[in-house]
Amino acid sequence: MTGPAKNESLCDAYGRALVEQGERDPRLVVFEAGRSGPTGTRSFGERFPDRFFDVGAMDASMMSMAAGASLGGRTVYASTTAVLAAGHAYLYVRESICSNHANVKIVATHGGLLAGSDRRTHAMVEDIGLMRGLPGMTVVVPADAPTTRAATFAVAERAGPAYVRLSSADLPVVSEGAFAIGHAAELRSGTDLTIVALGALVGRALAVADDLARVGLSVRVLDFASVKPFDEPALLRAARDTGAILVLEEHSVLTGVGALVASTTSENYPVPVRRVGVPDVFGESGEPGAPLDRDGMSEERIRDEAWELLKIRGKVL
Amino acid sequence: MEHDVPEELVGSLEATAREIRRDVIRMTCAAGSGHPGTSFSVTDLLTALVFHELRVDPTRPGWPDRDRLVLSKEHAAPALYAALVHRGFLPREELLSLPRSGRRRSGPVDRAPLPGLEASIGGSGEATGMAVGMALDARLDRRPSCVFAVLSEAECQAGATWEALLAGGHHQLRNLVVVLNRNGYEPDGPTEAIVGIEPVAEKFRAFRFHTLEIDGHDFREILGAFASARATTGGPTAIVASTVTGKGVSFLENVHDPQARALSKAEAERALIELGVPPAEAVR
Repeated sequence: MTGPAKNESLCDAYGRALVEQGERDPRLVVFEAGRSGPTGTRSFGERFPDRFFDVGAMDASMMSMAAGASLGGRTVYASTTAVLAAGHAYLYVRESICSNHANVKIVATHGGLLAGSDRRTHAMVEDIGLMRGLPGMTVVVPADAPTTRAATFAVAERAGPAYVRLSSADLPVVSEGAFAIGHAAELRSGTDLTIVALGALVGRALAVADDLARVGLSVRVLDFASVKPFDEPALLRAARDTGAILVLEEHSVLTGVGALVASTTSENYPVPVRRVGVPDVFGESGEPGAPLDRDGMSEERIRDEAWELLKIRGKVL
Repeated sequence: MEHDVPEELVGSLEATAREIRRDVIRMTCAAGSGHPGTSFSVTDLLTALVFHELRVDPTRPGWPDRDRLVLSKEHAAPALYAALVHRGFLPREELLSLPRSGRRRSGPVDRAPLPGLEASIGGSGEATGMAVGMALDARLDRRPSCVFAVLSEAECQAGATWEALLAGGHHQLRNLVVVLNRNGYEPDGPTEAIVGIEPVAEKFRAFRFHTLEIDGHDFREILGAFASARATTGGPTAIVASTVTGKGVSFLENVHDPQARALSKAEAERALIELGVPPAEAVR
């Protein structure tokens, strides 16, 4: 790393990319459930008022409307908070969008615990599991603003439904935005241990990997932004090359990417896997930074878990 | 809601509706499930739509300028499938084996809708939302398509229906027509005894819909209401169509079966004979 990375808003990056996409695709339509400021869609609405439908608090019905508007061959984006998109609107996402393989790109903000000043009820840590379980759904969890921008374009290139989960916190820029659906980005190479991370925890994965590098330990870091489809070859290569995997996610450990990594490796190439994420309790929200530490995702905890795996591997005493 | 409708047209629609009711009996008996009551209540409305009102072309089911019909899959799908078969969208050989989902499986997730069906639509108030989306889509493209959503009473208890109606009224979607099949029942029994929706016409009016109340078995009134909907410029139209569950077969009329059992062989034969099938053909 060259000095501390600067923090950028993922939602703002989404909003800017959406305007660009709207310039490129004159048929593109955006639905928004009444919070265009926080989600980032407001700039699209100002630029293309005829192609912007703010439906207020109708997040559930919005998913049906978005599906209906897409079936004639249009690309439609629909934005609201993750707890509403994946929680309240789940059935509508399932039946109206996924059951029809409708070309609707759900971009959900306030994903995870870093819900800014919003209430605890907006913290959402079950959404990746819910969305990943839907046939045909593409699921993307960008770690930073450049990846958000690339993901906003990438989901438009791929026909069918997509769920892009954005943190509402400003997050450090950790990549150059070379995102591709189905590929895990290797942000650090290494042979002693692999850390698979996504979203807000990619920055912490890099910090821990760099710390361990200073004591001569070689830690691979994979940014797992493409959750579905996921990069199975990269994951199994990591299992073979490094012999242990630590998964970091701002999500319930019951149904998230940790569960995916554990089941995939155990079926194909069993290695020790540890999961750092939200335990089986409701999340809290507060100042950015604090909830991750409070809820068991501190850098210290990550370092401890990494150390345990390195011990199992015989790399440290 | 009387409308100048030629006598021959009414006669022809009545004959078609009778054929569709016969096929509904055959389909539900072959499937071994599904009571024909709900299908029979909406058969005349669907016949009027599929055989007269909708600008559709069975040889070009994907024609962009076509009118759209949306109906939730739980709500009288056999009547719609039979109508699509008679109209030539689907081959007659498929009648008894049509997938309940309304989609043919062509890949693991990419499922092509049956020709003539716009989408797979669940029953939790999604039909109106999808219809609103289709109407917005057509208006953005300046296509002449009109979108008809046929709703059940149970769907008028689902919150999402009213969300979508609010949006349809707000956006003044003059190309949107919502038809309520007011047969008095939802799956568990009489709607007004469970959670009443009356005064439902007043509710549609309050949601800024041009609202008409008609007899849903009188083709003159049905076609008159559709003509009025097309002529309306200010916003969307709602048609509250009073219908009778089991309409068309004496012993099925006003009989609601919460279990939605298929008819027994003997009942099916009696029903087919009442619908004009020669006894020798009905008994098989």
